[in-house]
Amino acid sequence: MQHTRIHTRIRALAAGFLLVLALSVPPAGRAESKLQIMTATTDLASLAQEVGGDKVDVESIARGYQDPHFVEAKPSFLLKLRRADLLIVVGLELEIGWLPPLITQSTNPKIQVGAPGYLDASRFAKILEIPTGQVTRAEGDVHPLGNPHYWLDPENGLRIAKGIQNKLSEMRPNDSAYFAQRYDAFEQRLKQADQRWLADMKSYAGRKIVTYHRSWPNFAEHFGLNVIGYVEPRPGIPPSPQHTVELIAQMKRDGVKLIIVEPYFDLKTPNSVARQTGGQVVVLTPSVGGEKEITDYFKLFDYDIAKLRQAFDTVH
Amino acid sequence: MKRIAVLSAVIFFSAAASAQQAPPHESKKDGPATQYSVAASEEARMKTLEDQVRALAEQVTLLRGELEAMRDARSVEPRSEEPILLTASHVTPGILAPSAPAAVPASPEPTPPPQATQTQIFGGASSNAKLLNPDISLIGDFIGAAGRNDVSPSPSLELHESEVGLQAIIDPYARADAFISFGETGVNVEEAYVTFTSLPAGLLLRVGKMRAEFGKVNTIHNHALSFIDRPLVTNNLVGGEDGIDDAGFSLSRFLPAPKDWFFQGTAQVFRGDSDDLFLATRRQDLSVVGHLRAYRDLGESTNLDLGVSYARGHNNAGVGTGFDPSRFLTNLYSADATLRWKPLRRAIYHSFLFRNEFFWSARDRVSPAASFQTQHAFGLYSDAEYRANRRWTIGGRFDRSGHAANANLTDTGFSAILTYWPSEFSQIRGQYRFGHLADPVTTNYSNANEFLFQFLFVMGAHGAHPF
Repeated sequence: MQHTRIHTRIRALAAGFLLVLALSVPPAGRAESKLQIMTATTDLASLAQEVGGDKVDVESIARGYQDPHFVEAKPSFLLKLRRADLLIVVGLELEIGWLPPLITQSTNPKIQVGAPGYLDASRFAKILEIPTGQVTRAEGDVHPLGNPHYWLDPENGLRIAKGIQNKLSEMRPNDSAYFAQRYDAFEQRLKQADQRWLADMKSYAGRKIVTYHRSWPNFAEHFGLNVIGYVEPRPGIPPSPQHTVELIAQMKRDGVKLIIVEPYFDLKTPNSVARQTGGQVVVLTPSVGGEKEITDYFKLFDYDIAKLRQAFDTVH
Repeated sequence: MKRIAVLSAVIFFSAAASAQQAPPHESKKDGPATQYSVAASEEARMKTLEDQVRALAEQVTLLRGELEAMRDARSVEPRSEEPILLTASHVTPGILAPSAPAAVPASPEPTPPPQATQTQIFGGASSNAKLLNPDISLIGDFIGAAGRNDVSPSPSLELHESEVGLQAIIDPYARADAFISFGETGVNVEEAYVTFTSLPAGLLLRVGKMRAEFGKVNTIHNHALSFIDRPLVTNNLVGGEDGIDDAGFSLSRFLPAPKDWFFQGTAQVFRGDSDDLFLATRRQDLSVVGHLRAYRDLGESTNLDLGVSYARGHNNAGVGTGFDPSRFLTNLYSADATLRWKPLRRAIYHSFLFRNEFFWSARDRVSPAASFQTQHAFGLYSDAEYRANRRWTIGGRFDRSGHAANANLTDTGFSAILTYWPSEFSQIRGQYRFGHLADPVTTNYSNANEFLFQFLFVMGAHGAHPF
C-alpha cells in the first residue's frame, strides 16, 4: 500500500515537471528584437551602449558606487541573466566571488563561460601589475592574472569597445555596418576627449599620490601620475596602525599630499592620514554611476579629472 | 516508474539535441605548413631552395618590423575567438603555445609593460596541462570547546574538518563541484555533483551526491555557517551535522512569478540514505525533497528570501521489529524566512541578516505499547547577525527543538557569537552556548554552558560567497 502511495506521489511529481516543461516553451519570433546585454560593471555597460546604440538593451549587475569585488549573487540578477544574449565580464578574477554561481544558475546556455555569448573584456585590454614569480596571499587578495581595474585608461576603453563591436557584429551580422559606424564615432569622440583630458592633466604629470586600493594603475599610467603607496597594507586587507604610520612617514618624506579613495571605502583612516600629513582626501569614482551625474564613460573621466585638478590646486 | 523513465528520456534527449546544435569549437591556429620535399639531390635545386629560404628570412624580418610598428601603434584587434573555458585562463597565446615559432605571434595585443611579466609557469609543454586543472581549495576548520555539556559533549580540541574543494567546468554543457571532507572519523564525500547548465526550458539538472535543498541551513557547508555548531533542530530533527545529504538527482527551474518576485522550484530524488534520518532497505525506498523559493528585493540594500520545503523517506524505526520496515516513513516540512540588509556603498563594512527556520517532523515508529504510531515534533531556530565593521561580526541564535523520537522532550538553547576576520581568507570565531537539554535515554534535563571557538582558514581558489 505504501508502495503505491509513493508511486502516486512520484508520478505526480513527474507530471508536474512535464507541465512546467510545457509551460516554458520560449516565445518564437524574437530574432530581430534588441540584443539583451548584461555586463558585470557599469563601465562595460556604458561601452556596450556606445557601440550598440539603439540595437541593444544594456544593464549592469554591479552599481557604480559598489565595490566590484563584493557584489551579492542575488536571485533577482538571475532573472535578468536568464534573458541575456550576451554577458560581458571584467575578468581577471575580479568577479570570482559572485559571478560564477550566477552564471551557472542562470540556466542560460548562451552566456555560459566559453559560449558565444560570454565575453571577457580583459582579453582586449592592456593589463598591468601581472605578478611575477611566486604568487601567495601573503600579498593580500592578489589577482594572479593582473590588475582588473584596467578600464580606467581611455585607451583600454577604446580596445574594449572594439572588442564589443566585433562581438556584436558577429552576433548580428545584419547590423555590423551600424556597429562599425557607432564605434568609429565613439573612437573619434574619445580621442578628442582624451586630448582634452591629457591637456588638463599635463601640468600635474609626475605628481605623487597615494590611493586606498590598487584601483588606479592604468589611470595613473595614462595621465602620468605616480602612485607611491596605498592606504591598504595589502590589497583587500583593511588598514593597520603600523602600515598607516609607515605611510604617513613616507608621504611626509616624499611630500605627497593627495589620497585618492574609492566611494565604497571608509574615510576614517584616509582622513587621519591627511590630517597628519597636511594633505587632502579626494573621493574619485572608479566606475560610471559612482555619482549621479556620471552617466557614461566620458563623464567618468570628466568627473575624476576635474576633482583631481581641484584637489591638486588646493594642496599646492 | 514508467513516467519517470519517460521524463528522464525527454530530458536527456533534449540535452543531447541542444548539445549537438551548439557549434563545434574549432581551433584556428593551424600554422602554414611549409613542406619542402628535398628528395632530389641536384645541386641546382638546392641552390634555388637556399635562395628561397633567404628570401623568406628577409620577409620574416620585414613582417617582424611591421608587427613591431603595429604594436607600437597599439592597434586593437580581437584575438582569435577560441573559447576560453576557464575563468582563470587569461594568458597570452604565447604562453599557451610555447613551441610556436617566434616569428608567428598569434596576438596583436600590446606588449606588456616592462614591470609586469606573465605569471610564471614551469616546465614547458607539460605545464599547459595545469591550466586545465580544476580550481582547488582547502578549508581547515579547527574547533575547541570548554565548559560543561553532559548530553552531547564535543572534544576539547579538534580539527573538525578539512574540506577539499575541486571545481571545474567540464565541457560547454556542464560544470562539476566536489567537496571532500576529511574529519576526525574519516573521509566523507560531502558533495560531488555535475550541473548541466545548457538544458532546454530553463532547467538546471544536478546529478551526484549533494546537500538537499531542504530549507536554508541544510544547504550550507560548515565553514559557511554563521555559527560554529549547527542549530539544535538540525541535530534533533534533520539528521545531524550532515543533514539530508544523499546521492540522487536534482532538477530546478525558475517559475512564473508576479513582477519583482523571483520564484524557483526544485525537485530532488535521492537514494534514501541520510545518516540516521532516512534509511532505504529496498531499492524502491527512494526519498524525495521539494523546495519552493520566493525572493524579492525590497530596495537595493534590503531583500526578503522565503522558502518552503518538504522531504520524505523511509526510516529505520521498523528494522528488527515485527512490523514491515518499509512501512516506516519520516515526513519533514520546513519554512524559512530571511531578511538581509547590506548597503551597497558600505557593503564590506556593514550588513545585517535575520533568519528564521521552522521544522515539523512526522516520524513513524513503534510506540512503547508496541503499536504503529506517527510521532510529531517541532523545532525552530532564529538567527540574527550584524557586521559592525570590516573585521567584526556579532550574532545571536535562539534554538528550540523537540526530539524526533520522543514527543515529550524539548531542548532549548541560545548562543552569542563573535567573529573576527583578519582577511577574507581566515576567520576566528567565539561562541557562548547555553542549552537546556534532555537526555534521550534517561529523559532527564540538564543545563549546558559552553564556550566554543573556531579557527577557519582557506587555501587556494577563491570560492564564491554563498548567498
